[in-house]
Order: sequence, then structure tokens, then C-alpha cells
Amino acid sequence: MSFTHYTIEQLETMLRNKEISAEEIAQMSIDQIKAVDEDVKAFITVTEESALEKARQIDKDGDFDHNLAAIPGAIKDNIVTKGIPTTAASKMLENFTDPLYDATVTEKLADANALMMGKVNLDEFAMGSSTETSYFKKTANPWDLDYVPGGSSGGSAASVAAGQVMFSLGTDTGGSIRQPAAFCGVVGMKPTYGLVSRYGLVAFASSLDQIGPITRKVEDNARVLETLAGHDSRDSTSSKKDVPVYTENLQEGVKGLRIAVPKQFLGEGVSDEVRESVQNALQMYELLGATWEEVSMPHLPYADAVYSLLANAEGSSSLGRYDGVRYGNRAENAKDMIDMLKQSRAEGFGEEVKRRLLLGATVLSGDYNETHFRKAQQVRTLIANDFKAAFDQYDLIVGPTTPTSAFKFGEQADPLTMYMNDMLTVPVNLAGLPAVSVPSGYTEAGLPLGLQIIGKHFDESTLYRAAYAYEQATNHHKKRPTIGGANE
Amino acid sequence: MANISKEDVLKTADLARVAITDEEAEMYGEQLTEILTFTEKILDINTEGVKPTTNGNAVTNILRDDKPVTWDKRDAALENAPEVEDGQFKVPAIMEE
Repeated sequence: MSFTHYTIEQLETMLRNKEISAEEIAQMSIDQIKAVDEDVKAFITVTEESALEKARQIDKDGDFDHNLAAIPGAIKDNIVTKGIPTTAASKMLENFTDPLYDATVTEKLADANALMMGKVNLDEFAMGSSTETSYFKKTANPWDLDYVPGGSSGGSAASVAAGQVMFSLGTDTGGSIRQPAAFCGVVGMKPTYGLVSRYGLVAFASSLDQIGPITRKVEDNARVLETLAGHDSRDSTSSKKDVPVYTENLQEGVKGLRIAVPKQFLGEGVSDEVRESVQNALQMYELLGATWEEVSMPHLPYADAVYSLLANAEGSSSLGRYDGVRYGNRAENAKDMIDMLKQSRAEGFGEEVKRRLLLGATVLSGDYNETHFRKAQQVRTLIANDFKAAFDQYDLIVGPTTPTSAFKFGEQADPLTMYMNDMLTVPVNLAGLPAVSVPSGYTEAGLPLGLQIIGKHFDESTLYRAAYAYEQATNHHKKRPTIGGANE
Repeated sequence: MANISKEDVLKTADLARVAITDEEAEMYGEQLTEILTFTEKILDINTEGVKPTTNGNAVTNILRDDKPVTWDKRDAALENAPEVEDGQFKVPAIMEE
């Protein structure tokens, strides 16, 4: 038996009825990691012993009442974990074996009695869209091992799709949860900026970063987010709003909901198969009682440019802390202090990270600061205003998550081509909105596609409701990659 | 139109404290020129009177009470450092003798 055919709720019931033990669940996860990770390469660190120990403790205490009791999960390796290496998939942090503290989300998962199975792969410092820039390994897409899983949360999405864990945490600065979720046929939620604490997250672009869950099913996703969300005084942008119980109104349906479909989301660069899957989804929503209309959001086509400028400017500043003094890589034989800094960073950062560091530093310096950086901040406001105007009349905005399905390793070698993967996901981060990607079908070649549903600030409830209604009305989520277990 | 020369990249890399070779500077110069030129589609947008957005949401700088807390991880933190002496981080010489 495998846990992949059950929801978290069902597993919790089985645990309480003694039909299964926490240790058995942990062992299933370990077995599947051992069986397929040689091919999938999702994990950087596997924490088998501590997971088993925790499972045995849960069994011994009979403590099955926590929200995620005995549920195996994985954490993206840019989220700090006390006593467990946290590398951000960079040579810079290769020997950073103990960050000394837990991120708030790590702590919350532990408090909810989840089983932490290990740390999963990503693009170096979350800078990328394919997980190919990881210093350690290239994670493969469980649906076809010749294809990338997407990124930067590629290990997070692949580990769930491959049935190694029930859930994983990803981080999303410009699509890094939603794009890999779409490529791997799983559910990925990027919450409203400020809903989930960023304390203990290795910063990429602090005005855009959010942590969120990746799962097979919408219901499980809602359950994990309930655990993660909430105010944290250690994050200065953390919201004080009450967190709703997302799983409570999942089944209320979409009757009467008004959906906007920006024509800019279905324009140039979007493949026919992707367009078709969105049209099918809209038909389904009509059948379920929602209405939809095409709208125009004129500033959306500028989001990719704005994002490239702002995210990398913030990124170059976030990377300033890696100096080879307090932790991280230090070059040997440096002439003096400045030389030590330069050599340590030259050795520690990979090519893509250096490209973004230099791009961001350029944008922040000289004339570019006024002509490009400040202008981008203003256009960011206009993009947010487009969303505001749409949400005055509609409850949700729907479109594709990605312009195409997953691509092959090495296929997008040109940096600018790679950045275009995020054209449909970055607007949401610029506006601080929540958005979820749900499986919406498969290409002729059998690769998954994702539907992106965007909501109002802090309206994750409606997002989950809409995602759940669509999921339950379709069979996309019942299909499994061969490597991830049998179809339902 | 943006034009980032090899020399521009070398200067920025120096300021950003990352050593790069001449070949790398050449490559990054071409790529940064291409990327920045691509972003320049925003330059023609009318942004007169538009306030810049600098944060992810309106919630910024929620302050907590300024209460001292003890931090007992000094020794553990020093273990992460590449070089340590007398309980302090050690770096190469900053000034000549």
C-alpha cells in the first residue's frame, strides 16, 4: 500500500482507528524515496532517522490529533532547519550544516506533528525556472525523466508527483511554486504576500517572496496552508489578519462566482494545447454555475520586464550577506580582505546567480536607477491597479500557469528565453496576490498542464473552493506518473 | 537602448565584490545588454504621477517591543565560521601593517 491514494484527512482517520501506524507511513515515504530518487533526484538531504524517530514517538503517545500528524513532507532547501544542512542548492552554503534555528514554517510543521523527510532541490538561491542551476544535481520530471520539473521549487513539485511525500513546501518569487506544480501535475499555492511568515527563508527578493504548499490534492493543500499561515512578529511584513479554516468551505461550489479571463494571458507565446486546456476549464466552470468574461488588463505584458528589473535588484542586495566571514564558502590564499570577499563569492556562486547579481547591481547603479528601476516600481503600481480594477467586478481571474508544458534539459540555454517561462506567473507576485495552479490536463506527449486561478488579497478560501470544484469535476488529478504509483 | 560593455561589467563586479574573468565579463555584458533592452518596453509607458510600489503589501515594519533577550548560541554560531580566533570571526588583514 502507498499513501498516495489517500487524502491527509483519510490518513488521519486511519491513524486514529489504528488501521495504520505513523511508523508505517514514514516507512512508505522512505521506501519510495529509496526506490525512485536515483532517477528523480529530488532530495538534497534525506532525514530518515529523525523522521522515523518522530513517527515512533507519535505512535507511542497516540497523539494523532494534530493537523498533520504523521504526514510525510519535504522542505525546499532554502528554508532553514535547525541541525539539518540548508544549502539553497549553492556551493556557497555546501558546508552550512546547521543554521542553528528553525524557520517559522519549519517550526509550525513540527508542532503539527508532520514528518519531515528531508530537504529538496531547487535552482541555486531559487534563481531559475528549471532547477538546472542547482549546484548539486538536476531534478527530473517524474512524468518523463528527459524533461525538467520546472523551478525553482523543482524538488518540491517532483517529490510530491513521484509519491515520495504527501506535501512539500516551496517558495514563489515569480512563479517558483506554480510553474513546477504545473509541469509536474500537482497543486501549488502561492499565498497572499504576508500570509505566511518569511522568517528563516533564504531571501531572494523580499518584496515578492512567499512560502507555500505543494500537494497532489486541493484539499490537502488547504490543510497544509492552514498550518503554515498566521502572524509572526519575527517577519516585519507578516499580516495580523485571522486565518480562516480553508478546508471548511471547500465544498461550497462556484455557483454565482464571476471569473475574469484576461486576453493578455492567452496571447503570443502561449501554446495551442495550453489555450485549449484553459478553454475546457472555463466550460467546466460554466457547467458548475460560474460565469466568465474576457477582460483586458493592459499592463500585464510588461510584468516580465518589471519583474526582471525589480526581482534581480532585490536579489543582488539579498546576496550581499554571503561574505565568507560568518558562514559559507571562503576562498583560500586571498591577498587581503577585499580579495577574500571577491574570491569567496566567485567560487561560491554559480553562473546564473552571478548573472542576476550583476544585472541587479547594474539596475541599482548610475542612470539605470532612475530610468529603469524607479520606472519599474511605477509600472508595478499600474499592474497592481489592473488587478484591482478587475477584482472590483470579478471574484477570480483565471488563465494558464505556464505558456507551454515542461521542456527538455538544456533546451532553454538562453537566459532571456528561460525568463519567459514566468510571464504568466510574475504579475501575481508584483501585486502581492494569492494564486493556485491545479492540474488541467495533459499534452499529446503526456506532460501535465496547469490552470492558474488568482484571487483577491487574503481570499485563499475562494481560491481553494474554485480549485476544489474544478478538481472534483475532472479526472486530471487521478492520473499518476509511472514512477509515482498507480492511477486512481 | 541599453549597452553594457565588458568594462561596465568589470566595474559593477568590483563594486559587488565578485571576481570575474575577462571572458565572463564579455559574456555577461552581451547578456545584460540583451535583457535590459528587453525590459525597455516599459520606458514608453506614461507613469506621470504614479506612485512607485516598493513593498509586497501595505503591511510594513510592524514593530515589536524592544525587549532584550538572551542569545546562547555564540559557540555554535562560531562553528559555522571558516576561521575563528579567541571566540571571534577572523578575516584577512584589512589594512597594511
